[in-house]
Amino acid sequence: MNQTITFGLLGLFLALPGGSGAAEPGPLLAKIQAVGSEGKGNTEAAKAWQELVKLGPSVLPDVLAGLDKADPTAANWLRAAVDAIAEREIAANRPLPADKLEAFIKDTKHVGTARRLAYEWLVRIDPKTPDRLLPGMLDDPGVELRRDAVAVVVKEADGQFEKDKDAALMTYRKAMASARDRDQVDHVAGQLKKLGVTVDLPVHFGFIQRWLVIGPFDSTGGVGFKAVYPPEKQVDLNATYPGKGGTVVGWKEATGELIKDNYALVDFNKVLHKHQGAVGYAFAAVESPKEQPVEIRAASNNAVKLFLNGKEIFFREEYHHGVRFDGMIGKGTLKQGRNEIVVKVCQNEQKEDWAQTWGFQVRLSDAIGGAIPFKVLPEKPAAEKEKK
Amino acid sequence: MFRPISYCLALALVLSSGHWPLATGHCQAADWTQFRGPGGGGVSDDPDVPVKWSATENVRWKVALPGRGLSSPVIADGRVYVTACTGWQQNRLHVLCIDQATGKKLWERQFWSTGLTGSHPKTNMAAPTPVTDGKFVYALFSTCDVVCLDRDGNLQWYRSLVGDYPTITNQVGMAASPVLAGETLVMPIENAGESFALGLDKATGKNRWKIERERQINWTTPLVVTNHGKTEVVLQSPKELTAIDPMTGAKRWSFEAKGIASIPSAVAGKDTLFLPAGEFTALKPRADGASPEVLWNSIRLKPATASPVLYKDRVYSLNGGGILVCADAANGNVLWQERVKGPFSASPVIANGKLYAVAEEGLTSVVQLGDKPVVLATNDVKPAADKDLLLATPAIAGGAIYLRSDGWLWCIGAKKEQ
Repeated sequence: MNQTITFGLLGLFLALPGGSGAAEPGPLLAKIQAVGSEGKGNTEAAKAWQELVKLGPSVLPDVLAGLDKADPTAANWLRAAVDAIAEREIAANRPLPADKLEAFIKDTKHVGTARRLAYEWLVRIDPKTPDRLLPGMLDDPGVELRRDAVAVVVKEADGQFEKDKDAALMTYRKAMASARDRDQVDHVAGQLKKLGVTVDLPVHFGFIQRWLVIGPFDSTGGVGFKAVYPPEKQVDLNATYPGKGGTVVGWKEATGELIKDNYALVDFNKVLHKHQGAVGYAFAAVESPKEQPVEIRAASNNAVKLFLNGKEIFFREEYHHGVRFDGMIGKGTLKQGRNEIVVKVCQNEQKEDWAQTWGFQVRLSDAIGGAIPFKVLPEKPAAEKEKK
Repeated sequence: MFRPISYCLALALVLSSGHWPLATGHCQAADWTQFRGPGGGGVSDDPDVPVKWSATENVRWKVALPGRGLSSPVIADGRVYVTACTGWQQNRLHVLCIDQATGKKLWERQFWSTGLTGSHPKTNMAAPTPVTDGKFVYALFSTCDVVCLDRDGNLQWYRSLVGDYPTITNQVGMAASPVLAGETLVMPIENAGESFALGLDKATGKNRWKIERERQINWTTPLVVTNHGKTEVVLQSPKELTAIDPMTGAKRWSFEAKGIASIPSAVAGKDTLFLPAGEFTALKPRADGASPEVLWNSIRLKPATASPVLYKDRVYSLNGGGILVCADAANGNVLWQERVKGPFSASPVIANGKLYAVAEEGLTSVVQLGDKPVVLATNDVKPAADKDLLLATPAIAGGAIYLRSDGWLWCIGAKKEQ
């Protein structure tokens, strides 16, 4: 009888959070990582979240590492747990595990978002952290850590600009080599230009500048976005097709241009002419030196689909809400050698003057926005070759 | 019988009937729990809100915010909740809790955006106003990330609506605010992609219902009303006003009109809905599900961005020219007009018979309402050189008006003795 009571109490003690038998973070993290679509698993995750937070700062590295295996939904649950634990420790004047946070930040095997989160809490308890860590993060795989590291170098160069042009030139070049975000790149390129150095920005960003285009196909009443026209099935540069309004359309060359701050923009009004309720396609064959992950980053005022080697990797049906740099991202893998990229652009039937533009820009980048190595192959329709 | 209903009122009715256990941390009648306050009407009977203030006068406290936001603060049980966004791509989403008495930040939670962060430069990702029942705060961001936290900052649930419905897209920026109808959190997600209204179980964040809506960008916030004893949520879309059952999403009635506004939201009176449309329209919903009776139309009351306000049988509307128009709610007859300093993104609010109109550059006109308007004061809470814009609709609670810019949250009220 006594033994039964003893085991019963032990069991109760072990079940209590914070006791020596407190829950391990692993199963709690797994419950949070298991949240699914439309709130599936929310109830279980909410209980796990409460228990996880009660475990306190000792589990911060575990929770941060849990972000490596978390989808975007689970990542926000875990981030809130990190913030709650750290905030409450600081409010109670208890120390955060600074050494462990710093070790986590330096371990680039972890996802950039988790390392950045650890960094921000470390900065709160140790304001000298940026001075110590950022100089070594110019080529960090984490977007935000790298951005801050670049910002430090840009600030240094800006400070040198009036006093020592040669030093500023060197420092801006260092920043440009690591800069990935457009605002930083544009600023550095502008300063370099003042120092007599022109940066080929379309190349820096990895824009495809030469295309073959075809159209218009019909999209009256918006039917074209879902319609599958021949270029979506197979690209035959020598073929012609029935186009919108009884026309016959064939492939023709097009070049991306700088238009209103948009690099390498292919203006369909120039090459396919102004249309309403129309679809146009653009094609580029690119050679990759190796198999490599790619983000096909596009921007357009029109509805767009992106295809890589015949597979649709992105679509968005939205019209005339701005040409946003990197606003559309399709993810895939370039195979070694020749790859086919097709961009489908749909124009709607709005009548306003500002709604008469159609076109696109596309660049090929890695996951943090850096241009990847590729070459546009000089493929052309036979008729175009003869003209040459 | 038709009237707007606030979550607190619904709760009070239940509490008074003895069917609900009294819980701590619930909102009080004087709280400001959602966009435009209880019932979404923008009206408070608080008698102590100051008429005059400046950067130094009648500032009870001010708090620096981490980032931009068009959302209003909401206030319940001594806590002020406000959202913000930061990051060079607006991808950090913040919920802050501030002590109502002192302005001390009690906690802050941050989330990563999972949806698109592109928008018109005037708006941002913290445009929708959160809603609270006093125990929990529910924050929707323009990225369609939704979060429920308790009053101490404990995460109850989180949803990525773009994760669930990936074709949602609005690169102008979403701004409609969520509302609570009983146990259901209602959100209109009307955009250039998949468009719907969503009713979530407020306890778990799981779908109760999801109904298809017109695929068009829309920034209006729903109203929660009682129509002949039944709670209804009224959704306002450019072609149709639709009343639904908050528990099931089933349509109760609808009303079609040309040019129903997609920015200013409707306001509800005792028996009447006042709808900004091609013609400003007064509607009397019926009990039998038939389309509401049209009581009157007026082109003179057509508002610009700001939502209209109803107070003591009069409707007030701010038009694009900065004219405050007052009309008889019974027939739409214009009683007077008064020019006030605009332009306005914030909707006007009324406290104890005085209308507060916050212009974008920060100047707030305080107008004594009556048979003739009297501009009592024009107040600027910040130096004229400070270009920080005030685009958020103010909140009223505890003898104070809360003003929000991208950089600051001000509590404007006479200082209380400690």
